[in-house]
Amino acid sequence: MRRRGSRRVAVIGAGLSRFVRRALETGKELSYYAAGQALESAGVRRRDVEAVVMASAPDAFDGQHMKGEYLLDGAGAYRKPYFRVYVGGGSGVFSIISGWTLVASGMFDLVLVVAEEKMSPTQPHPQAAFITIFDHTIERPLGPNLLWIFALEQTRYMQTYGIRNEEIALVSVKNKRNALGHPASQVAEAVTVEQVLASEVVAWPVHRLMVSPVSDGAAAIVLASERVARRLSPRPVWVEGIGWSLDTSYWGNRDLAYPRYVEQAARMAYAMAGITDPRREIHVVEPYDPFAYKELHHLEGLLLADRGKAAEDLVRGRFDREGALPSSPSGGLLGVGNPIAAAGLMKVCEIFWQLRGEAGPRQVPNAPRRGLAQAWGDLMQIGTVVVLGV
Amino acid sequence: MDNLVAIAGIGLTPLRPVSPDLSFRELVFEAATRAYADAGVDPRDVDGVVTVAEDLHEGTSITDEYTPDQLGAVLKPVQTVAGDGLQGLAAACLLIRSGAADVVVVEAHSKASNVLEHEEVLAMALDPTYERPWGLDPHAVAALEMRRYLHEAGVPERAVAEVVVANRRRALRNPFAAYGADLTVEQVLTDTVVADPLRAAMVSQTADGAVVLVLAAPETARALRGRPVMVRGIGWASDEPSLSGRPWAEATYAHLAAAMAYRDAGLRAPGREVDLFEVDDTYAHKQLQHLEAALGLPPGGALREGAALAAADRVNASGGHLGMGYGYDASALVRVAVTALQVRGEAGPMQVPGVRTAVVLSWRGVPTTTGGAVVLGAA
Repeated sequence: MRRRGSRRVAVIGAGLSRFVRRALETGKELSYYAAGQALESAGVRRRDVEAVVMASAPDAFDGQHMKGEYLLDGAGAYRKPYFRVYVGGGSGVFSIISGWTLVASGMFDLVLVVAEEKMSPTQPHPQAAFITIFDHTIERPLGPNLLWIFALEQTRYMQTYGIRNEEIALVSVKNKRNALGHPASQVAEAVTVEQVLASEVVAWPVHRLMVSPVSDGAAAIVLASERVARRLSPRPVWVEGIGWSLDTSYWGNRDLAYPRYVEQAARMAYAMAGITDPRREIHVVEPYDPFAYKELHHLEGLLLADRGKAAEDLVRGRFDREGALPSSPSGGLLGVGNPIAAAGLMKVCEIFWQLRGEAGPRQVPNAPRRGLAQAWGDLMQIGTVVVLGV
Repeated sequence: MDNLVAIAGIGLTPLRPVSPDLSFRELVFEAATRAYADAGVDPRDVDGVVTVAEDLHEGTSITDEYTPDQLGAVLKPVQTVAGDGLQGLAAACLLIRSGAADVVVVEAHSKASNVLEHEEVLAMALDPTYERPWGLDPHAVAALEMRRYLHEAGVPERAVAEVVVANRRRALRNPFAAYGADLTVEQVLTDTVVADPLRAAMVSQTADGAVVLVLAAPETARALRGRPVMVRGIGWASDEPSLSGRPWAEATYAHLAAAMAYRDAGLRAPGREVDLFEVDDTYAHKQLQHLEAALGLPPGGALREGAALAAADRVNASGGHLGMGYGYDASALVRVAVTALQVRGEAGPMQVPGVRTAVVLSWRGVPTTTGGAVVLGAA
């Protein structure tokens, strides 16, 4: 990658719908709501937006073919350049990366990025739709679902580094508690490690409270070129680094103990942001946490913890809101909820609010100047990373 | 000149109605191998990859999972655009123009022969609340549009049939085409009615195939082996998604996309400056509508002012989707590939003499109002 000097790009507004198990609103309406809030917070009108990027995960959830086309008017893209970008569960954080290219290329000055997910139309449960993500010849005949393969990955992670399930349960405790301060949250609660481990085993060693819920929701941000951002925004938050990496489709051949694709993505973003010592230079982080172990797995992939040691750091309080490196201060997917693409962009929104000092009861101390949001998806295969700074 | 992107390598498999001997991965591998060889690029030197795919066309959810291996792109920045081939091309150009990447690959493929009920899949793209309960066959949407277009533009059905005859005949000269044929206007006009006034021969037939393009920043492209073709400008746009709110006689999205691409390319008089137009003809009447968009003409303008262009073989020299075959969102990128060959003067029997500037204009098909436009130019 060349990473030559390109135009600076800023986030100047963010919006979020409530995350709920079953929204009465259509996907278009959820998109409209989040986009409207983002535009309002940026102080711009829908008609000033020059282009729109949409992110949403599989069409199978809604049974809506070409879902991006269906959502386009709700997202405010009527008669505008618009496209839907897609990297499975990583789409939410990828959407800001794509939006960055629209502005950094010099083609547009004001771009709206919307991420929407409506999982509830899948009956009786969205897990049924996930059978269709597997290889039609090699894997589908086995009838796998996501809980099984993530249980495999968690087991491998625990076994390789000698991590105990009590330590992993602590991620759920931390994130669900953090989410108590989040107005959009679906499953915030004060729980103990004992309660997490007493919850039903969905696929050993994964307990129900270690899994993010099924959610409907939408998130949006407004991106602007430097010239426009300085005119419109008192506190623009700059996109300092972007990175993404997709590993092989043959996940069964990989060592699941370490997400090397997340490391690749992080290294790309750090190089662009000029970060050489991420543990000192990143002040707040939102790693993707659809499952409790994933937050630890990802903190290691992001080079923010030693391999196999993130659990120890967690136990010592390093990742608490008041800790040395607050992790998922929003409450993450485990606390706020997981409307897949929207959950990724929600993490970007949280970093935006944290860096502007606008996170209210969730605000981390010491006025963080640089934050990172990361998402993950496909067949345990993609890492998407964005570094924001003020 | 800063915003130019070069097509440094072209890889295209011939389109075929069926391909029982090859998986989509093998089709893509073949196209990728050709593109890398054409550009003289080692896949290890690729900085980013854009693929174009829709889940329900692939029969796989999160279908971007299956994109990296056959492109030699494992552990690279790979993204999918669930959109038109030209939107994928745009995303790839943006990576280069933003300075994030030097060499980017864009890929699209079609394994349409795996889709048993094409129309049933398309019907799932209609609005679930307001439009699906009618039980519309999606081709009927195209027929309604054709009826309105013929009415407002004052175009006779015969003129639509002539598009079919011309395109299928041109495809006989295109080595990549699946549906070259020598038909008569009467044969088209007496073919089975799909939904009045749309006849079966006016609907492009599906085909399998894969296309890979290697893009590069101009200075990088010049150092490579291939003969670069410049992407001088690119545009894309979407109109009203609902059936009830959209204009029916005019392809507004195509007008918007073409205007954006021309602005980007600094192209002012497309009728004079463009040597070859390759416009979407998923349904035969769409060629007329899209040519009007490419030339900035009102409904009916294609017959009046576009006739000379068509007669001079300057419209859809490839045979279009009607002649080559329709491969969903890959179709537009296939058209870019054959048009880039035209600009290189390497289009073989279908070569139009002296193509220095060419325009490709695309549409995502029924029921969408999304399309793209790209201006290609000689290096």
